[in-house]
Amino acid sequence: MTQIAHSPHAHVPLTINKVMRLVMIALAPATLFGFWLYGWPAINLWLVALLSALIGEALVLRLQQRAVRPVLQDGSGLLTAWLLALSLPPWAPWWIAVLGSLFAVIICKQLFGGLGQNVFNPAMAARVMLLISFPVEMTTWVVPAPLGSMHAPGLLESLAVTFSGVHVDGMASASLLGHVKTEFTRGIGLEQALSGYYAPLDALWGSRSGSLGETAALLLLLGGLFLIAKRVITWHAPVAMLLGVAVPALIFSTLNPAHYPGPVYHLLSGGLMLGAFFIVTDPVTSPNTATGQFIFGLACGLLTWIIRTWGGYPEGVAFAVMLMNAATPIIDHYVKPRIYGRDRKGAALPIASSGKES
Amino acid sequence: MKLFQLRGGVHPEGRKELSADRPIRVLPLPKRLFVPLQQHIGAPATPVVQVGDKVLKGQLIAAGQGMISAPVHAPTSGVIAALGDYPAPHPSGLSIPTITLETDGEDRWLETETLADPFALSAEEISNRVGAAGIVGLGGATFPAAVKLSLSRKNGVHTLIMNGGECEPYLTCDDRIMRERAAKIVEGIRLIAYSVGAKEVLVGIEDNKPEAIAAMRVAAKDSAVNVVVIPSMYPMGSEKQIIQVLTGKEIPASGRPADIGILVHNVGTAFAVYEAIRYGKPLVSRLVTVSGGAIKEPCNLQVLIGTPAQELIEFAGGYAKPPARLVLGGTMMGQQIANPIVPVVKGTSGVLALTKDEIGQSEASPCIRCSTCVRACPVGLLPLEMAAHIRAADLPGAVKLGLKDCISCGSCSYVCPAHIPLVHYFNYAKGDLATQERGKLKQEATKKLADERMARMQRIERERQEAAAKRKAAREAKERLAKEKQAEQVTEAV
Repeated sequence: MTQIAHSPHAHVPLTINKVMRLVMIALAPATLFGFWLYGWPAINLWLVALLSALIGEALVLRLQQRAVRPVLQDGSGLLTAWLLALSLPPWAPWWIAVLGSLFAVIICKQLFGGLGQNVFNPAMAARVMLLISFPVEMTTWVVPAPLGSMHAPGLLESLAVTFSGVHVDGMASASLLGHVKTEFTRGIGLEQALSGYYAPLDALWGSRSGSLGETAALLLLLGGLFLIAKRVITWHAPVAMLLGVAVPALIFSTLNPAHYPGPVYHLLSGGLMLGAFFIVTDPVTSPNTATGQFIFGLACGLLTWIIRTWGGYPEGVAFAVMLMNAATPIIDHYVKPRIYGRDRKGAALPIASSGKES
Repeated sequence: MKLFQLRGGVHPEGRKELSADRPIRVLPLPKRLFVPLQQHIGAPATPVVQVGDKVLKGQLIAAGQGMISAPVHAPTSGVIAALGDYPAPHPSGLSIPTITLETDGEDRWLETETLADPFALSAEEISNRVGAAGIVGLGGATFPAAVKLSLSRKNGVHTLIMNGGECEPYLTCDDRIMRERAAKIVEGIRLIAYSVGAKEVLVGIEDNKPEAIAAMRVAAKDSAVNVVVIPSMYPMGSEKQIIQVLTGKEIPASGRPADIGILVHNVGTAFAVYEAIRYGKPLVSRLVTVSGGAIKEPCNLQVLIGTPAQELIEFAGGYAKPPARLVLGGTMMGQQIANPIVPVVKGTSGVLALTKDEIGQSEASPCIRCSTCVRACPVGLLPLEMAAHIRAADLPGAVKLGLKDCISCGSCSYVCPAHIPLVHYFNYAKGDLATQERGKLKQEATKKLADERMARMQRIERERQEAAAKRKAAREAKERLAKEKQAEQVTEAV
C-alpha cells in the first residue's frame, strides 16, 4: 500500500547539504586568495584540517553506532573544519589543525548531540582552545609570500614547514592587531605604530600578515553578499556586528585619535569580516528571530571591540562569539515574534467589534 | 486601494499554467455516485430515503441535524442503490456512511422555483434557503454557509470579503469560474451582502489571475462590489490573511471574523448561493481542477458530488507518467488519498496526480535552527521550537508557544531545508490535545456521576439508618409503655 504523507506535497528545492555547499562556495574566493598569498603550507594546513574533521566525525559516529555516511554527507563537519582552518596562522604545524578539527567536531559538536545541538560555534570554540593552549603556535604569523614569488616555499619545503615544524628564516611577522597591541605596551602611540604597517587598501585586499583566510576583507564581504542574495543568511547579524565594532570605534577615535584606531582599521583587520558573515550567521548557535539576530550581532561586535581595545588579547572575535553563543537561549526566550491575533505579551487582542455582540 | 503588509508567507511554484487556460467542461454522468453524509464541518446528515427509492436531481436525500450541519441532495436522478459505508476522501481511507446512487442517465431535475427578483426575499429567508440548499464553504473549509450568514447578521457585519485568492498551487477552478461566470458570482455576492447587511464588499483576487480580475471588474461595474487586486503569495487565501491584507485588521485569538465585523466567503460559494436563490437549485455539483505532472490533459471540470476521483482522472486522459502521489485539494494543504475510488465531495477543489519530482521531498535531517520556518510563518510562530517540544512530548510547552494559533498552512514544512514535516507534528499534537481534552471531559463527567452515586448511596444509607433508628425508638417506646402498663397492673394487683 502507498505510504501516506502529510501535506504539503511540494517543497523548496533545498537541502542541508545544498545550504552547506553554498556557504563553501561563498568561502572559496577568500580561501583561494589565502592559498595564493601564503603558499603551499596554507594548502597543507587546510587539507589536514578537513581530513581530520572527516575522520574524527566518522570515528565518533562509529562509537555511537550511528550511520556514518549521511552525517558526513551533510557537509557540516567539513564546513566547520574549513572555517577553523581559515582562522589559523597559515604556517601553523599540522597538529594544530588536527587538534583543532577533532576538538571542534568531537567535543563541540558530536558530544553535544550532533548537528543542530551544539551550544557553541565549533570553529570558534576550537580556535579559543588552541589560542589558550598553544599561544606561541597560534600567534606565529608570516609575511605573505605568494605562490611563485621569490620567498615562497616549494612543495617539499612546505611539507617540512607543516609537518616537521621547520622555521623559515626571515618570514616571521606580526598581525596588524598584534603589532599595535605590542607597540601600545611599549608606550608607542598609535600613529607611530601604524606607520609603515597599515595601509587601508592592502587591508581591504588582504595582502598582509594574518590568519589563512581572514585577511581578504573584500572577498569575504563578497562571499557574504552572495549568501544574502541566495537567502542562506539575512543581513541582520552581519550588519549589526559591523556596527557593533564601527560605532564605538568611531566615537572613541574621534574623542582620542592618538590612542583609539578608527572604524576602517577595525573593520578591515583580524577576523571581523569572516566573523560577521560566516560565524555569527551560524544558524545553530545564533538566535531564531531577526531582532534576536540583530541584538546577537551587535553584542558580538561590541564585545570584539572591547576585547581588542582593553583586553589582554589583540583579537576578540572568537571570544565575543562564544560569550554571545551562551546568551543565545536567553535572547530567544525574550525576543519572539508577535503572534497573529495576540499582543506582544501573548494575550488575545480585544474584540473591538462594531457589532452588537457583547 | 491601500493594502496592508502580511507577515511571512512563501512563494511555491504556482503550476497553474497547466490548467488555467482550459475552459470548464462538464464531466459526463458517471454510473454510480457515492455521496457521503458528512461533507461539512458539524453533525453528519441523516438519510431520508430508502434503498430502492427513485430520486430526482436536487431531491433531498439526507437532512441536516442540529445547529451546525448541512443537508445532502441527490446529484442526479436515479435509484438509491445502497445506504452503507464507503471509503472516505481522507488519507486514512476509512469507510464512512455514504448513500450510493445508481444514475439513470436522464439527469432530471426536481421542479424548482425561479425567482424574478431574489432581492424581494427577506434577509433571513435568504440564509434559510442557502441552508436548505446544503451550501457549505467551497474554498475547502466546508463550514455550513447559512450558519455563517445568520451569525454574521446577528453580529452586525459591516464588511463582506469575497475570497478569490486561490493561493494553492495547481488549483484554477476559482480562476475559471470568475472568468466564465462573473455576472452570476457578482449577483451571488450581492445576495450574501444583502443577507448580512454588509455595507462594504471587497473581492480579493491575486494578481496572477488578470483575466479573472478583468471579468469580475466588468461584472461588478455599477455595483457596490469592489474588486481588489492582491499580491500572489501563499497563504493569501487563508481567511485570517485575506482579512489582514485588505483591512489591516486581525481576528483576535480564538475569535471569529464576525468579532471584528467581517464575513469571508469564497467566490465559488457565491455562485452556489446565486444558483440556490435565483433558481432554487441545491448544491449538487462543483468545479474541480484535475492537474499535476502525471496527468495527461489537466483540466477544469464541473463534477457531480459523489463522483469517484478515478472518473475525473480518466476523463483527463489518464496518466502521462506514473503518479507518485494522489492528492485531493492543492499541494500545500490538500490530503493524500491512497485509492482514487473515493468520491469528490463539496470541499474537493482539486484532484492532483503528482510526480516524484514535483513533490521534491526527501528524508528529514536534523534541524539546524536556520529559522527559515520562523520567517515563513504567517502567524508569527516559532515552528522549530514547537516541533522540538512536541518531539519531547511536551504538549503544554508547545501550546504555550502558540500551537493553537497555528493555521496548518504548511509554509514552514515547505521551506524547511532539513525537510522536517513540521505541520505533521503540529496536526498530530493538535489531535492529541483534542483527544486529551475529550478524555478530560469524559473523566470529569464520570467523576461527577461517581460522586453523585456516592452521595446518593450515602443518603440512602443515612435514611435507612434514620428509619431504623426511628423504628427502634418506636419499638422501645412501645416496650417501655408496655412495661409501665404491666407495672401498673402489677401495682394495681398488689
